[in-house]
Amino acid sequence: MTEMRLLDGSEAIVEAALLAGARFFAGYPMAPATELLEHMAAKLPRVDGVCINADSELQAVNMALGAAQVGARAATGSCGQGLALMQEAIAEAALNETPLVIFNIARNQQDYFQATRGGGWGDYRTVTFAPKDLHEAVEHTHLAFHVADKYRVPVIFMADNLIARTQMGTALPVPELETLPPKDWALDGTMGGTGASRWIWTFGGGKANRPGVGPDGYWRQIADKFDRIAKAEARHEQGFCDDAECVVVAFGSGGKFVEHVVRELRAEGHKIGFFRPVTLWPFPSEALEAATENASNILVFELNAGQMIDDVRLAVEGRDRIKPIGGISFDDSGLNIGPLMDARVIRTRILDQLAGKPLTELPYTGMGAYL
Amino acid sequence: MRAIDTSLPPQRPATKTAEFKPSLLLKEDHHLCAGCGEPVAIRLILEVIEELELTQNNVCILGHGCYGSFIMLMDVDSTLCLHGRAPAVATGMKRMRPGVAIWTLQGDGDMTSEGLAEIMQTAARGEDVTCFMLNNGVFGDTGGQMTASSVIGQRTKNTIEGRDAGYHGNPIQLAEILSQMPGAGYVARGSVHNAASINATRKMIRKAFQRPMDGHGLALMEILTMCPTGWFVPPGEGAEYMMESLGKVYGLGELKDAGAASDDDSDD
Ligand SMILES: Cc1ncc(C[n+]2csc(CCOP(=O)(O)OP(=O)(O)O)c2C)c(N)n1
Ligand code: SF4
Ligand SMILES: [Mg+2]
Repeated sequence: MTEMRLLDGSEAIVEAALLAGARFFAGYPMAPATELLEHMAAKLPRVDGVCINADSELQAVNMALGAAQVGARAATGSCGQGLALMQEAIAEAALNETPLVIFNIARNQQDYFQATRGGGWGDYRTVTFAPKDLHEAVEHTHLAFHVADKYRVPVIFMADNLIARTQMGTALPVPELETLPPKDWALDGTMGGTGASRWIWTFGGGKANRPGVGPDGYWRQIADKFDRIAKAEARHEQGFCDDAECVVVAFGSGGKFVEHVVRELRAEGHKIGFFRPVTLWPFPSEALEAATENASNILVFELNAGQMIDDVRLAVEGRDRIKPIGGISFDDSGLNIGPLMDARVIRTRILDQLAGKPLTELPYTGMGAYL
Repeated sequence: MRAIDTSLPPQRPATKTAEFKPSLLLKEDHHLCAGCGEPVAIRLILEVIEELELTQNNVCILGHGCYGSFIMLMDVDSTLCLHGRAPAVATGMKRMRPGVAIWTLQGDGDMTSEGLAEIMQTAARGEDVTCFMLNNGVFGDTGGQMTASSVIGQRTKNTIEGRDAGYHGNPIQLAEILSQMPGAGYVARGSVHNAASINATRKMIRKAFQRPMDGHGLALMEILTMCPTGWFVPPGEGAEYMMESLGKVYGLGELKDAGAASDDDSDD
């Protein structure tokens, strides 16, 4: 293990990506994902890698797709609208089985649907890791490349600007992961003329001398693969749920804030627990169902108008137990996490909810800072 | 010499005595229309790959167009990528495998309509890749609609009275534009409308592979190909129609060759 370094999230993610063997990145600036691109541009050439300053997110993601298809560990990154432009290629990667990592340094938590539902075409899902802080971001960076290669799927890594722009001390540990088989499917150009040339194609057509199963058969195989992933790769973290009468569900950095508040309330004698989906897809539905078995209140804290709550409702019985305690929360820049991400506010909202009181509305901050 | 008896059917069935199929083609049959120019162009490309001994050192990225079905017919490591994005995919591949000949197979719709930014910016970066544009002035695959390369007056399914500059805009002459860009090392336009043009095009295809491999930057090799179906003309009239329409706007020949000085092709 290397010595401790004080790094911000963006730099730590890039260092972890290089340790994970990433050798190609293409991106286009967009706050708060920009620093990731800058660090990639500075660091990749030092390990004989390549970072391309692409002229659009469309091109960035397709470049990464190409790099991955010839066998490299490759990634792209952006957020919000940039990720929206990449949807066509994310679906393509899922449907033609290209392992690709997409770093989403999201502005907030409003892109839960974008990550877990996607806007591409066809029957596909995207594995999505949502770290709670820099330390987990380092671990998830390794996991993202690993899972992408293991199943030949695109993987979204969804952090936020709080993680990307907060400094923490880290030794950049490298998790121990199983060894994966060589990428004998990769298009390295060597199989031309051998009668065994390779193909990567969403329609699964194969070659004239070795016809593939075609779209119907291929897309069934891919759907089966996503079913397998759903069973094997769902991750979560929970605390104090066994005897909890109230479980608070939250993801990403929101989950870290909630954990802190729940620990405080526990210490004060409340029968309360927390549950944090670590992968947003696959959503840890079974674990959540078990964790909330005895809870009469399931509170969902997320910084959006209500997205993850759909998955909570799908996972547990008894809809009237489930109540939102989050909401839209930005600062005036539209980029940063707003006043809801505050331990005192979360605490008040939980206690109000348990007391049967309505949620305290937070005032709109308005555009005052710009006037 | 003994006269052949033609009063009866032959005793033995006819046998094939010569093989004209390029070795990189897995099968001679294809699903493209009678009179289509694309199979001719693809055949030339595959023959040149073999001549240049790139058989086991090349990757093809196909775009979306009628030629796309050749992913199944070519014995080449290949991917069929998203519409228009082939040069971006090629970029990622080339940067990770600099020693491999990376080539795209695109149409005019794929390259000048959907993928104009990709080809322009890949040329601007000077990526050492070969990009083929099979130009028939229509989206053949979707049934013959106007592309950015359709010429003024050209009748297509959605310019039924002919392309009108005022209403539909003017065609993009991509090769001419790319030839002005420092990152494009080789820019040429060939055609497959007759034997002479096929021979000339084959020579250009050689350079289109050689120049990027020698580090001269991107090669754009445009090839005019007949699309009788998309043009509403009988298959036999495709070649003539092409040279009267597209051929008048898109002049044939080399527009740029940054590697001419180092040329070792003695046969041209
Ligand atoms: C994003 C997207 N838009 C539209 C299409 C439909 N489409 C398939 S092939 C094609 C036309 C391709 O034209 P061209 O590249 O000129 O090839 P040709 O068929 O003429 O050889 C189009 C528009 C598509 N596949 N993807
Ligand atoms: S539509 Fe045109 S380009 Fe397509 S196969 Fe037929 S002739 Fe060829
Ligand atoms: Mg066309």
